[in-house]
Amino acid sequence: IMSLFGEVPQATPVAVFKLSNDFKEDANPKKVNLGVGAYRTDEGQPWVLPVVKKVEKIIVADNSLNHEYLAILGLPEFRSSASKIALGEDSPAIQENRVGAVQCLGGTGALKMGAEFLRRWYNGNDNTKTPVYVSAPTWENHNAVFANAGFEDVRPYKYWDAEKRGLDLDGFLGDLESAPKHSIFVLHACAHNPTGTDPTHVEWMQVAEVMKRRKLFVFFDSAYQGFASGCLDKDAWAVRYFVTQGFEMFCAQSFSKNFGLYNERVGNLTIVARDSDNLKRVLSQMEKIVRVTWSNPPSQGARLVAITLNTPELFAEWKDNVKTMADRVLLMRASLQAKLQALETPGTWDHITQQIGMFSFTGLNPKQVEYMIKERSIYLMASGRINMCGLTTKNIDYVAESIHETVVNVQ
Amino acid sequence: MITECHPCNISGCSWWSEVQMGPPDPILGVSEAYKRDTNPKKINLGVGAYRDDQGKPYVLSCVRKAEAQIAAKKLDKEYLAIGGLGDFTKACAKLALGDDNEVIKSGRNITVQTISGTGSLRIGANFLSRFHTEARDVYLPKPSWGNHTPIFRDAGMQLKAYTYYDPKTCGFDFQGALNDISKIPEKSVIMLHACAHNPTGVDPRPEQWKEIADLVKKRNLLVFFDMAYQGFASGDIDRDAWAVRYFIEQGHNIVLSQSFAKNMGLYGERVGGFTVVCKDAEEAKRVESQLKILIRPIYSNPPMNGARIAATILNTPDLYKEWLGEVHGMANRIITMRELLVANLKKEGSTRNWKHVIDQIGMFCFTGLKPEQVERLTKEFSIYMTKDGRISMAGVTSGNVGYLAQGIHAVTK
Repeated sequence: IMSLFGEVPQATPVAVFKLSNDFKEDANPKKVNLGVGAYRTDEGQPWVLPVVKKVEKIIVADNSLNHEYLAILGLPEFRSSASKIALGEDSPAIQENRVGAVQCLGGTGALKMGAEFLRRWYNGNDNTKTPVYVSAPTWENHNAVFANAGFEDVRPYKYWDAEKRGLDLDGFLGDLESAPKHSIFVLHACAHNPTGTDPTHVEWMQVAEVMKRRKLFVFFDSAYQGFASGCLDKDAWAVRYFVTQGFEMFCAQSFSKNFGLYNERVGNLTIVARDSDNLKRVLSQMEKIVRVTWSNPPSQGARLVAITLNTPELFAEWKDNVKTMADRVLLMRASLQAKLQALETPGTWDHITQQIGMFSFTGLNPKQVEYMIKERSIYLMASGRINMCGLTTKNIDYVAESIHETVVNVQ
Repeated sequence: MITECHPCNISGCSWWSEVQMGPPDPILGVSEAYKRDTNPKKINLGVGAYRDDQGKPYVLSCVRKAEAQIAAKKLDKEYLAIGGLGDFTKACAKLALGDDNEVIKSGRNITVQTISGTGSLRIGANFLSRFHTEARDVYLPKPSWGNHTPIFRDAGMQLKAYTYYDPKTCGFDFQGALNDISKIPEKSVIMLHACAHNPTGVDPRPEQWKEIADLVKKRNLLVFFDMAYQGFASGDIDRDAWAVRYFIEQGHNIVLSQSFAKNMGLYGERVGGFTVVCKDAEEAKRVESQLKILIRPIYSNPPMNGARIAATILNTPDLYKEWLGEVHGMANRIITMRELLVANLKKEGSTRNWKHVIDQIGMFCFTGLKPEQVERLTKEFSIYMTKDGRISMAGVTSGNVGYLAQGIHAVTK
């Protein structure tokens, strides 16, 4: 019988997962995985946050809990406390009852829901031609999320200046000025992935001014709140600033990294609307989109986060755990930079400590990356992106030496 | 297009002014209305979630044990693969197809973990929409689960229907189904409920399934099985999967959605699977790669908790045995409630034929009540069900079956 799927082509694997696979199969005892973005301890191990272990025990001991369906939009106490984390306890928008949220499957799910809503209801009905701008470079899944939601025109906005290894502010502002009105812009709230380069406050203000004047839609992707500086409020500065500027906007939040809940798929799409009436209608339409995608979200992770955020001692402990992770990353940044300077590795390496969050755009080119992988068993993305969490006090010397050798021998 | 007389981001004006209020979900909306009702005698026969005889949610004992085992292992929370937990997907396929199934042995199935049944159907719909380009039509039984239509439509497929339910008998319109199926254009997708048809509770008998399988093969249709109630229908896992396995034996390379919401009581954990039976292992690899491409931009990778529980149960002999017993118990309680309801209706003096209540199978019963009667039941008796007269038998208890019979008799006499 002819198969219905005889013509289905083999798809290329997602790069970051292939990298992890290749790392797994490498027999070199000195191998280092600087690929996928998950936190690691100084022993190179995954870290289940102490507060998470505590709350899991609380959940297990609570006989009143069961596995019933959550509401379509998710666990209410999760949604509201998660939005408070992004916007601040005393956010005027929250007080004005114009903030709502949809519990989603991770940050990806939140982006997906936002994208689907925008395609259906923004800038007309089912307007698939509204341009969606994502930073150059950006998390590789951004493109696919918006394209799969039906947007035909997903474009890059200038962001990373490879030569000066920093933000291309002029290019960014220029693209904002020339974007068609009502274009959607995906902004990284903090700890830009993959470059680790964030706009300063002043630069954010400039971005906001153009976006307001040109009526561009603000869609924040917030996957690293707390993880960047170690301080939740500091990392939320840009999101909160835009709220004070009166924007109606979306903010896709992930609790994968800052809670270490990766596989529980805990995310939240925070919606800031003009008023509660608009918000109500938006949420009613979000429900319809949720219903045809996953019906209702998974309960375990949301419960965990809700209990933590809503219990003062646990909340304090969580913030502490987050700071622990952020501090280790900062330490590795400082160490790597110091070692490269000590080795007198050609080039400047200040960007390693200037960049923020989990990732660093090293500036290594594809040939150099290939050398690192093949000759040194150090796995990083073709873009030169490294996950700082993959560095430990035990492997940092080897990595620094390897970078040095690579830069010297491979151009 | 936003026109310039519609200024946004200026105080008082909104991007969302033109967004209409969405209608409440017909099924989930019932539960919400029930919650607001203050009548102490109220009964919720809306959404299909199992309740014990006290009307309480039931966390299976094997689930609690599995959770304890998992907690003791102190596992990490690293991302699952896009296709989900391997221990789960393998066991999920075996449960549906049978341990010794040739499909599994030859590696020609690909089974991915999904966000319960809905997520599975959605991935399936997306996959067919993208790769099954010869036909855009999906034929659903009339009636079908209310969410089937919007899911397939949103994925870009066209919805059609084939006769299924006979309102005159409250049973299966076998001839009507065959007639309609015989006219379905080749290569179209046909949706079949593997067991415990939702919403009618009406399932074909094995001989009827055989004829349907034959006809579907003649028409060269792509079979999409939705199996949300394996074990829940008859109480027997293998019996409930009989149709799925028969079709495969007969050479149909089916696609299959499975849910563990009901049979393991894992509703809110969102545990499901989507399977494509391919020509061979090589094709399965290609299909797998494309499924991953579909999944990644929706939610990247699936949630661990529920899959881990399900995998532990399916792969641990003691727990598996205990689970079979508990599923059997749930199915039995429902069968008992069916019998009690009919007995109570007779006691009330109803002269209508309620045989279908006992003949139908699974969580739902298509009572045959008309929308006006349903409305009366809700308004006058605080008995909540969907407008189509569907009741969730799981919501019936020995404590409320008498009141339910009273209400039904009152609106039908």
